[in-house]
Amino acid sequence: MEIVFKRPECLIDVPFHFCPGCHHGIVHRLVGEAIDYFKIRERTIGVASVGCSVFMYDYFNIDVLEAPHGRASAVASGVKRARKDLIVFTIQGDGDLGAIGIAEGIHTANRGENITLIFANNGIYGMTGGQMAPTTLLGQKTTTSPYGRNFTYDGYPIRMAEMIATLEGSAFVARVAVNNPSNLMKAKQAIRKAFQMQIEGIGFSMVEVLMSCPTNWGLSSLEANRRVEEEMIPYFPLGIFKERKMADYL
Amino acid sequence: MDQSCEKVLVRGNEAIAMGAIDAGCRLFFGYPITPQNEIPEYLSKHLPPLGGEFIQAESEIASINLLLGASATGSRAMTSSSSPGISLMQEGISYMAGSELPAVIINISRSGPGLGGISASQGDYFQATRGGGHGDYRVLVLAPSTVQEMYELTYLAFDLAEKYRNPVMILGDALLGQMKEPLIRKKPPPMDLPPKDWALTGAKGRKPNRIKSLYLQEGELTEHNWKLYKKYERMKQEEIRFEVIETEDAHLIIVAFGSMARVARSVVEMARREGVKVGLFRPITLFPYPEKPLREISRRVKHFLTVELNTGQMLEDVRLSVERDAEVYFYGKPPGALPTPEEILEQLKKYYGRSGSA
Ligand SMILES: Cc1ncc(C[n+]2csc(CCOP(=O)(O)OP(=O)(O)O)c2C)c(N)n1
Ligand code: SF4
Ligand SMILES: [Mg+2]
Repeated sequence: MEIVFKRPECLIDVPFHFCPGCHHGIVHRLVGEAIDYFKIRERTIGVASVGCSVFMYDYFNIDVLEAPHGRASAVASGVKRARKDLIVFTIQGDGDLGAIGIAEGIHTANRGENITLIFANNGIYGMTGGQMAPTTLLGQKTTTSPYGRNFTYDGYPIRMAEMIATLEGSAFVARVAVNNPSNLMKAKQAIRKAFQMQIEGIGFSMVEVLMSCPTNWGLSSLEANRRVEEEMIPYFPLGIFKERKMADYL
Repeated sequence: MDQSCEKVLVRGNEAIAMGAIDAGCRLFFGYPITPQNEIPEYLSKHLPPLGGEFIQAESEIASINLLLGASATGSRAMTSSSSPGISLMQEGISYMAGSELPAVIINISRSGPGLGGISASQGDYFQATRGGGHGDYRVLVLAPSTVQEMYELTYLAFDLAEKYRNPVMILGDALLGQMKEPLIRKKPPPMDLPPKDWALTGAKGRKPNRIKSLYLQEGELTEHNWKLYKKYERMKQEEIRFEVIETEDAHLIIVAFGSMARVARSVVEMARREGVKVGLFRPITLFPYPEKPLREISRRVKHFLTVELNTGQMLEDVRLSVERDAEVYFYGKPPGALPTPEEILEQLKKYYGRSGSA
């Protein structure tokens, strides 16, 4: 019998620690599938950020390095500059990339570092228990915005993909979601494309993934998926914002 | 001429850059700050032709994390900065100590607190020798006092970083970084170093390597901290470096490091010409501190004058080192003008009288 669906080779056969319905596991799988597709498991380095994806090293059957909170893109650039033959990616939350590490994220993109950044945007600080994130939507209640995010006090949710796309240094920038099969297929393509850009040396690639955090949103898995569709996507439109055909220096 | 043995007149900062290149460092990350700019300037020019990488990062936070990433591949890499920038790097240094990553960090320190000034100071002694960031860790700290030493200790720093899988810091200051002296550019003998089987090079034909500092399983972190502790204890056994001058018949010994030790050396010469029997004890490793040799001397000599460009930091280590019946005096100068040898000699004579030998 032909096997049509299996665990990616570069994922270890252990249960994820993620809460039920959390999209982090799906994103791990999509990254794993891209690594398998390009057969680069033996030369890929993952850089874990501090957030719910920090345990990347327990799940990926590849070399993994842990970065301080917010610094994953700087750490990944250091790896890549030292070893250009390696494929380097990060998974960074919205607190990690959009708040504490926004300088490193912008400058990594602006230098056109040839790495791949997976931006896990769930609009909340998952790991620390549901505080307001830079991408928390207006009106959204969190443990530190108990009255709902109010722009006069908290500013507006940041659209990272659009911002990174404006930088000359970025080569590929997309925003995807994984809340239904059709979006998931597009997400898979985008993540694959992002790795391809790196493999071909075209430059910095980032895929922003709109993700659920059922636990800290206080919703069931299904409700959370629906919220991605009804509340997140209208503010964070899906699509490809930037796609270079070749490296700037070619 | 043998390139490995040329004699050149260079600034301390350039000597550091040369030491790094000769040690095989091919990656440098930094952010401009006076008085260390000659280091990135030199390396931005000389690394690319050697196939190396130079990044002027957006901040010292980025610099230290670029260094963390590069070090994780087993490559020799370095950053340099000055006091405020080193403060920004502390989280990254703590992560590297916790993740057992080798790295070389140069602090051509300036005066503080805050923006302070760009004059020489030894106000970063505590920060350098007590870990500096969060958690119970240490970095190995080397304190050069000449341009030649800035070259040699930088070279050595790369070996020691790999020997212990731990960050090594060179603690210099504005004076040492800026002054020019002749340098004999000769590589020290190679050191036997452990294989870098921990490095991230891609999990090919082996199990994946993981470099991290997060330990959540019961008892894991306790064990990890003890492991690090043993490493620091081993440094104390194997890496103590110091210099002694005219200590044999001395009645009083000056303890000073770095640029202050240069002034102290002149004080010893002047005093000796007057028949005043003083010596100099100069720690070269600030962590591990040369406690044992200093205690050894204090069995015989009972008067010590610690001289520092601050209000008293190394003083604590001197007090902890010497025998309990030894007197430790202090003469310190906060940032500003360096004390003159005459000034120190005058102070010294007050205490020298107490040693019962005047
Ligand atoms: C310097 C520092 N500040 C704060 C923290 C605490 N902290 C850990 S994870 C996190 C935010 C995680 O949120 P996000 O990046 O969105 O990731 P998520 O867990 O939502 O996937 C914070 C603030 C830390 N580890 N280090
Ligand atoms: S807290 Fe949120 S982001 Fe973290 S694992 Fe649970 S659902 Fe996922
Ligand atoms: Mg988040």
